[in-house]
Amino acid sequence: MPVSKAQAMVPGLQVLPHNPQADAASLERLALWVLQRVSPIVAVDPPDGMVIDSTGADHLHGGEDALLETLIGRLVMSGVTARAAIADTWGAAHALARHVAAPMHVAEPGTAEALLSPLPLSALRLPPATLASLRTLGFVCIGDLLHQPRAPLTRRFGPDLCRRLDQALGHASEPIEPLRPSELVEVRRAFAEPIAAAETIARYIGKLVVQLCAALEERGLGARRLDLLCWRVDAHVQTVRVGLAKPQRDPQLLTRLLCEKIETISPGFGIEILSLTAVMAEPLESRQVASSLLEAPAPDLSGLVDVLANRVGARGVYRMAPVASDVPERSVIRVAPLSDPVGAGWPDHWPRPTRLLPRPELIETLALLPDHPPVWIAWRGIRRKVARADGPERVFGEWWKRDAEMIAVRDYFRIEDEAGERYWVFRAGDGENSETGSHRWFLHGVFG
Amino acid sequence: MPARSFNPAIAALREQIAAMEGESAAARGALPFGVPELDRRLPGGGLALGCLHEVAGGGNGAVDGAAASCFAAGIAARLPGQVLWCVTQADLFAPGLEQAGLGPDRVIYVEAGDDVSVLACMEEGLRHGGLGAVVADVARLSMTASRRLHLAAKGSGTTGIALRRWRRQQEAYDFGLPTAAMTRWRISVLPSAPLPVPGLGRARWLIELIRARAGESLDIELEACDGTGHLGHPAALADRPAQAVGA
Repeated sequence: MPVSKAQAMVPGLQVLPHNPQADAASLERLALWVLQRVSPIVAVDPPDGMVIDSTGADHLHGGEDALLETLIGRLVMSGVTARAAIADTWGAAHALARHVAAPMHVAEPGTAEALLSPLPLSALRLPPATLASLRTLGFVCIGDLLHQPRAPLTRRFGPDLCRRLDQALGHASEPIEPLRPSELVEVRRAFAEPIAAAETIARYIGKLVVQLCAALEERGLGARRLDLLCWRVDAHVQTVRVGLAKPQRDPQLLTRLLCEKIETISPGFGIEILSLTAVMAEPLESRQVASSLLEAPAPDLSGLVDVLANRVGARGVYRMAPVASDVPERSVIRVAPLSDPVGAGWPDHWPRPTRLLPRPELIETLALLPDHPPVWIAWRGIRRKVARADGPERVFGEWWKRDAEMIAVRDYFRIEDEAGERYWVFRAGDGENSETGSHRWFLHGVFG
Repeated sequence: MPARSFNPAIAALREQIAAMEGESAAARGALPFGVPELDRRLPGGGLALGCLHEVAGGGNGAVDGAAASCFAAGIAARLPGQVLWCVTQADLFAPGLEQAGLGPDRVIYVEAGDDVSVLACMEEGLRHGGLGAVVADVARLSMTASRRLHLAAKGSGTTGIALRRWRRQQEAYDFGLPTAAMTRWRISVLPSAPLPVPGLGRARWLIELIRARAGESLDIELEACDGTGHLGHPAALADRPAQAVGA
């Protein structure tokens, strides 16, 4: 469509010249951003796509669905509308992301053929000339091609068509050449003989780390995230990603973190290239430590936190910080383990249980309305007579967060049974107005 | 109970045994509970530092571990430095721990998938040496595992507390099996003292010291940790001498 026609159709249309170089550069920047956050193997798929090898990276984000959801959510927040799909192969994911995903789709393993069959031929990454002649021959969707004899197709259209089909269905391999911008600090080592033993891998990791730390030191940087890529002889890439709480370039610590992950590397027939990259690096200058004769310096826990976080996942290591909320489950928030101390705790006019159930459990009770504690409760099949009780402590719904909580109320009671077990129970509702809650009773915590 | 009489021969024997066991606990010191009845019975006058200790709840406490975690929090609160708390299920409520004296800035939680990785994380924390205490919610604790933890604790001087907590109450028989822990405690809840008004008084525990290396076991009824992690005397016991004088 000529510009003049478009301008006639849409008044006030803004026209900018197409700048492919700038587009490619910005796509590469975006890919680098994904590389640093999502997965060690990311490549640009021009003109408008990106391919990510999520193998071994999805569990860090809580599964494939969660991975896509976070990725799309974060892209939307930075002003990029994206569609994404996860499938067995690059080809299938490429097709699904462009033709099925709305805005995300996760294909079950082994369903590529069934999913791809109804899609148009343009999903196969073929040159426009091939597409046009296929259309002339009456082929509309991928399913039409799947059961055609291969030889005539290859003779007419060249090897490309069948190669693309095989790549999409996973019959042919399609390695992803990972994006490695020149500003990243990378060291690599190729082996004349493939290596496979854990001890050998550990030894070469040690050598690579020393090189990497020297390179980082030259630039005054410390690594925040390290990727170890192991190219196997069969063109598979095994990846190990290690995160650090603070920028570090201590060879001993980094070697230890990487070596702990060796058991996750499957060497197959052998590894021929090892490459170690600091995908995220932050300035780390040497600084002088003021020494004091009187007090011992505060111990540095960042090494311990790194080891633990790489063992159980970065989400598994945290500290709790107070939030100004009366609703118990909202009054705590997880913060990074090495974040600055918050100083203040929770207001402690009311006793709080040491164990809070993940979600309140429904109990049976007998209680006098509107503001008496239960006479007995039945929890997990055991009936307990309440000997003493304290309460109610009324917690109002947070209407500024959700409309549904406009007049919601919880009345908390501390109760003690005859054996001395102390529980934290609440009634949803104020005991008079049925709109304030269901008036059912729940057990929410156990006191020590 | 009469105060322990000092016998030089016994003291020499003790030293000899300690040297054989390679114990340096005496040098590390002990953390007194501030309750004379308890401290007097513990070797060193308190909870030995730089060692592994075991705490479990009695009755339902074997499953929820509420009183035991409060007791452990009270001990950790009185030790200087950060505390590492390794758990499998994240049901600790930080405001509750704060009321036992352990503020939110002092605890780093590690949520590991299973018992094995909890023990590995605990050992990692004990070996580091920069922490005040390491607490871990574990169900099974074998002799080998506890020995490793105890050695790690001795090596760095960090106190470790294995908070035994099982999925079902029937599994708690495990608590009888031998481990390398220095002391073994069972904390059971007791009805709180009746108040003159409706309400709940300060929580009370039956604290059983089931096993103490080079010490004697005892059970004692005490009031739960206050805001600084100290246990208290039940009012009746505290008043008893005064009443006796009055009578």
